[in-house]
Amino acid sequence: MDKQSSAGSESPAQPPVPSRKPTRTLGGNTGSRQASVETLDSPTGSHVEWCKQLIAATLNSQVSAGLPPEVPSRDLKVFGHQPVVQMDEVPLVPGETIRATAKDVMYICPFSGALNGTLTVTDYKLYFVSLEREPYFLMDVNLGAISRLETISVQSNGENTCGMEIVCKDMRSPRFAFKKEEQSNVDVMEMLTKHAFPLSHDLSLFAFQFKEEYPMDGWKVYDPVAEYKRQGLPNESWTISKLNSNYEVCDTYPALLVIPNNIDEDDIRRVASFRAKHRIPVLSWIHPETQATIVRCSQPLVGPSDHRCKEDERYLQTIMDANAQSHKLTIFDARQSSVADTNKAKDGGYESENFYPNVELNFLDIPNIHVMRESLRKLKEVVYPTIDDQHWLSTIDGTHWLEYIRLLLAGAVRIADKLESGKSSVVVHCSDGWDRTAQLTSLAMLMLDSHYRTLRGFQVLLEKEWIGFGHKFASRVGHGDENHANSERSPLFVQFIDCVWQIMRQFPAAFEFNELFLITILDHLYSCLFGTFFCNSEKERVEQEVQSKTVSLWSYINSQAEDFTNPFYVDYQHHVLYPLASLRHLELWVSYYVRWNPRMRPQMPVHENLKELLFLRAELQRKAEELQREVLSSHSLSSSSEHNSSPSHGGPSPLHTTA
Amino acid sequence: MLSLGSGGAKQPPKASFVSYVTPEEINPEKEPPKKERYPDLLPGEVVFCSASPILKYTQDELSQRGVFGTLVCTNFRVSFISDEVQVEDTIQHFKNKLYGENDIPLMCVDNIYGGYDDKKKLITCPLLKNKCPSKIIIHCKDLRVFQYCLTYTDEKDARKIFQGIVHHCLESKSLKCVFAFSYNANNAEMQRKGRTVMFDSIDDWTQEMKRTKGVCRLVAENQSFELSQRLPQYFFVPANVTEEDFQNARKFNGKGLPIWCWSHHTGCALFKTAALPLMQEDTIPQAYMEKMLNAVAQNYLYSVKTEDLSDTLPSLQEVQLSYTKFKQFFLIDNSTEFWMSDVKWFSSLENAGWLDIIRQCLQKAVEVVECLEKENTNVLIMEEEGSDLCCVISSLVQLMLDPYYRTLTGFQSLVQKEWIAGGHNFQDRCNHLHHKDKEHLQTPVFLLFLECVWQLLHQHSPAFQFSETYLTVLSDSVHVPVFSTFLFNSVQQKVSMMTAESPQTQRGPLNCPTVWDWSVQFDCRAQEFFINPLYTDKLRVDKLTKKSHRPKHTRQLSLPSSAFKTPSKKGFFKEETDSLKKMLRVKRLSRWMLSPDASPQASTSEFYEAWLRRPLDYHGVLLPLLDGPAVRVWMQRYLRWIPEVQICGGGTVAVTNRLAELQGEVRELLRRLERQCGGIDAGGPYHSDHHHLYDNVAPLPPHLLRSSVRLSSSFPFASIRNWPFKPAIPTSMLQGLIVSDPDNMADREDEYTETISLV
Repeated sequence: MDKQSSAGSESPAQPPVPSRKPTRTLGGNTGSRQASVETLDSPTGSHVEWCKQLIAATLNSQVSAGLPPEVPSRDLKVFGHQPVVQMDEVPLVPGETIRATAKDVMYICPFSGALNGTLTVTDYKLYFVSLEREPYFLMDVNLGAISRLETISVQSNGENTCGMEIVCKDMRSPRFAFKKEEQSNVDVMEMLTKHAFPLSHDLSLFAFQFKEEYPMDGWKVYDPVAEYKRQGLPNESWTISKLNSNYEVCDTYPALLVIPNNIDEDDIRRVASFRAKHRIPVLSWIHPETQATIVRCSQPLVGPSDHRCKEDERYLQTIMDANAQSHKLTIFDARQSSVADTNKAKDGGYESENFYPNVELNFLDIPNIHVMRESLRKLKEVVYPTIDDQHWLSTIDGTHWLEYIRLLLAGAVRIADKLESGKSSVVVHCSDGWDRTAQLTSLAMLMLDSHYRTLRGFQVLLEKEWIGFGHKFASRVGHGDENHANSERSPLFVQFIDCVWQIMRQFPAAFEFNELFLITILDHLYSCLFGTFFCNSEKERVEQEVQSKTVSLWSYINSQAEDFTNPFYVDYQHHVLYPLASLRHLELWVSYYVRWNPRMRPQMPVHENLKELLFLRAELQRKAEELQREVLSSHSLSSSSEHNSSPSHGGPSPLHTTA
Repeated sequence: MLSLGSGGAKQPPKASFVSYVTPEEINPEKEPPKKERYPDLLPGEVVFCSASPILKYTQDELSQRGVFGTLVCTNFRVSFISDEVQVEDTIQHFKNKLYGENDIPLMCVDNIYGGYDDKKKLITCPLLKNKCPSKIIIHCKDLRVFQYCLTYTDEKDARKIFQGIVHHCLESKSLKCVFAFSYNANNAEMQRKGRTVMFDSIDDWTQEMKRTKGVCRLVAENQSFELSQRLPQYFFVPANVTEEDFQNARKFNGKGLPIWCWSHHTGCALFKTAALPLMQEDTIPQAYMEKMLNAVAQNYLYSVKTEDLSDTLPSLQEVQLSYTKFKQFFLIDNSTEFWMSDVKWFSSLENAGWLDIIRQCLQKAVEVVECLEKENTNVLIMEEEGSDLCCVISSLVQLMLDPYYRTLTGFQSLVQKEWIAGGHNFQDRCNHLHHKDKEHLQTPVFLLFLECVWQLLHQHSPAFQFSETYLTVLSDSVHVPVFSTFLFNSVQQKVSMMTAESPQTQRGPLNCPTVWDWSVQFDCRAQEFFINPLYTDKLRVDKLTKKSHRPKHTRQLSLPSSAFKTPSKKGFFKEETDSLKKMLRVKRLSRWMLSPDASPQASTSEFYEAWLRRPLDYHGVLLPLLDGPAVRVWMQRYLRWIPEVQICGGGTVAVTNRLAELQGEVRELLRRLERQCGGIDAGGPYHSDHHHLYDNVAPLPPHLLRSSVRLSSSFPFASIRNWPFKPAIPTSMLQGLIVSDPDNMADREDEYTETISLV
């Protein structure tokens, strides 16, 4: 009974993914469900498959013109507040314009069969409505989420039918079919190509047109000085340096850097020339009690002939000395040692324990971005569009995705433990220090510092460790770029958010934010609605004036923070969270990766239950106070001393408790 | 016989063993001259043998640490009494009154291994041919693992205790040797069985029939088991079963009689039966069977669907085999083994097939639910004995259809009805008596049922009044030889054992407690963990959502009216009876559908999809999700004793704590409101309705409320210790993880910019 019939057959309509979107629909991926049967690994094989599907779909539509109405689904809840919207009307965000519309387009839904409807392309999204069934079917795809467009055409019934597959970055690949000759269809294709990949067509990303105004300004969330101050910096050993204010020392680093006190500027420059991409060791986090630090950098340029750099050696010594509690410095090289050796042969390398006294070098054995990309690609094959229930577990094993998550978590736990129990400072690097390094340092900081587990704190963490320190979002995501096969692309940030979700699962009360927050972040990583994840470095963002010309994702999020908060939140304060890096406690993030499958009805979130209770409590409290007042006023006459029930209980008690 | 502390041990600990207690730490004067310490014995408990000093390894680290103490074997348990003074602040919130964390009830022992140097050998008989092993490793049915080192005590004692344990745990014994028959606790409190319906009286059965509004014939002819020794004293059969049929039934030892399980509010009902072996030549059983089928069909609208479970579900051997594989992943001897098995975790799980068997059972139950709920057909499920998978499926179906069974007492009544009265062979399926010739009968059928229930509970938490902890404890209690509930193969066996037992001790008939008397095992506070704080009371749901439209059924099973669309099949009526009878004869006992044109899969799928599309009603029909990701490992049961997987400060306990806390506040507010407004009407809608809503919800003790940080994911099972706040880091297995990489991508540099044909 679980068998998904392939598209074209009349499998019953599926329930939609209940909207995980807040009422303010923001062109995110509203509850929708889409298509495609086998994901393509070899273009030729898939084409055959695709053509068959296409022909089947067109034939099918002619045979069964009127599908029987389905039992009402909760589809409408998506647009719950405007149930009788004119369905021709496409909801637009401010600044969005419709570019092309085509009628009689068929959406080949792998879950509920083919549907005829209207396809609209705006400069921000693709929007499909089918009024064929009751309730009508809606689907939208942010153009930013599109990785590539594939079209084929087949001859069927004497007509030229064109098939279009929209391969998305967010794990789905909806397929459409339409008649090739019609002009409107040609327009749609053209506009789609143009606006899905604006950078390849001399256009700007949509965020530069987006004109929504929010009560909160998300660009103010992160102030590096304030964040360092929170950590107790500067102090006697560390200083906030403006050395890089013109991005001259390192063009992928932020303007403000925390480096050891009393280091000569020339020495810094020498260190910079000894580190790949000039990414010198800088402080990311300092332990409030032990003064042990997390320091990040790129690999040293040791090379095959074992270059040394006295300044670099001294620099690391200074970092070690800044922490009086330990006479050791631990370096975590995120790579596999064999890869590090390969790098060494090509001018890169790693710190030799011989040249760096009291340094302990550990390899964390985490594969590189190409391996991760491949792993996610396999994962997509497994989860979209259909799932093999019986072999679900082994297919998941086959993607290795969770093994890599485990490796990352294990690495971060080792780092956190080194700081917390070993009281030793830690240097983390991979090759360039912007991928695995960012993953590891931010995960370790999340474990160590409860501030980063709050809604605002997490935003700061991302702004600092990822955006500030130059994770190459533009290259890794490929915003607006049509070159989908660029090997620079890799889902490292997705992987990181997945790790956060895994920790959240293990500690359901330790985070102020909820799952929706994480999913929203990932949706807007691709959507190009907000400028938050644009560009490769702070320098580029300044040049393109991203902050003044686009809206920050945090503006949106913080303007409706209650949607993203976890009602179970208990502040764990100074407790370090050690997630278990065991596959027994890891699980595929179904509500993200498999969310397009309507069968994955998310389990009734416990939140609902709790929110109900919170609501009930608030109401009761109000009632109690009211009564109290009433009683007091009436008893003031009869001067009764009976009702002395503690008024201290009243008042809206804080939402969060403290452990 | 001396413990190490007094300095009387023959050898100091080897360097590789670090005792928590160093000899210096114990002041010899404080300790009286060494005597072996015994556990606090239960009434009727007798010590068989003991030895000391024995070193018990603590499992949590590879560096084999341990604690010295005495190992005792009694007629109830294998017990280890530590020499260490128990630190008082290890608060046990969830203490079992019968056995502690270092006690293993004899029935609970699964396997015993002898450790010889590095080798581990499965022990099957107590006779030691050569030398006594240095270690004894005990794997328990509740998945605990104990390891004792025998080398510190003298060879003779070591041998004695080893052979004693093996003898009492593994050798076959007679039922009368089971501890329950010696246990003579004061049964004063046993009167309060709660409201669990035991289904041992006519009254219980008729009540149940009344509750479900069914119309069947009560059978009292089996009061002294003349009809069948496998059937309970009282039961219901379809109204059309005649006296003559009983004569036949007697011939077949009750086989073939359709035993009523439950009636749907429309009138159709679920029956189960033990299949009759049908010979081609012999027409008597055939005629009899057809008659029975007819009787079932006539129960409602002349419709019946039969379902032979042995055709469509895995065999009992497969179930046993699969579970044996599966449990091995959780019986972990040490860290290395743990991390080794972590590598291919998901594939190993899948290979064991246990989760798939669970899925199949749930799936089958959904199919039966569809027949009852959508087609309104009577269903007769059958299998060889009629008391294994039949019990699983029939109880699951009832759990999905009837919200009453999702309450605590309802669930217990269901187990009494389907499993105890239903005559599940607990004794043989658990092989409680270790009869070698019955080993092949051993199959964890009841556990399989609990697993399925857990899946439902996990997926639809708010629908169940009982908690995951309750299910876990119940699965443990099967192996506690104190209760009569799971001890017998049939009601008949129980009755004969209980009444005939030893009048010479002047105890009168044996009266061991039922497992439902939870006070035997847990005090009130611990019992509060059985209640699911997420459970939404029906009343509350109604109030909050203010549903106005309700179908008229008293026991309404909430279906939007669309689902009530009369299926066309209902047109089947008397005039068609004849052709139906013909069909019966033709198709005999093969499964036949009312509408042969629709394949069962397709229709179930339609029904299931329709259910999925409707909003969830926790007090209506509840179906499981069956997709790959939805069927999971019962983490609490399987992982609770493995130190490597305990998440310190994590786990769902934090969530339940928070919920309980809030509920406490709400309750407090309600109380205040009530006090304040006294008799005034001002209570509003909350006044009376909400007041008792949360009365069934037990909050955690206050000192626990805000301490989720100190609890672990194993809560409430592993006691709170001062957790070594040290993270578990996978050991050296990383190499094993590195994936074969045909494209050599791992060697590629991150900056490599060559176009590749990937997404």
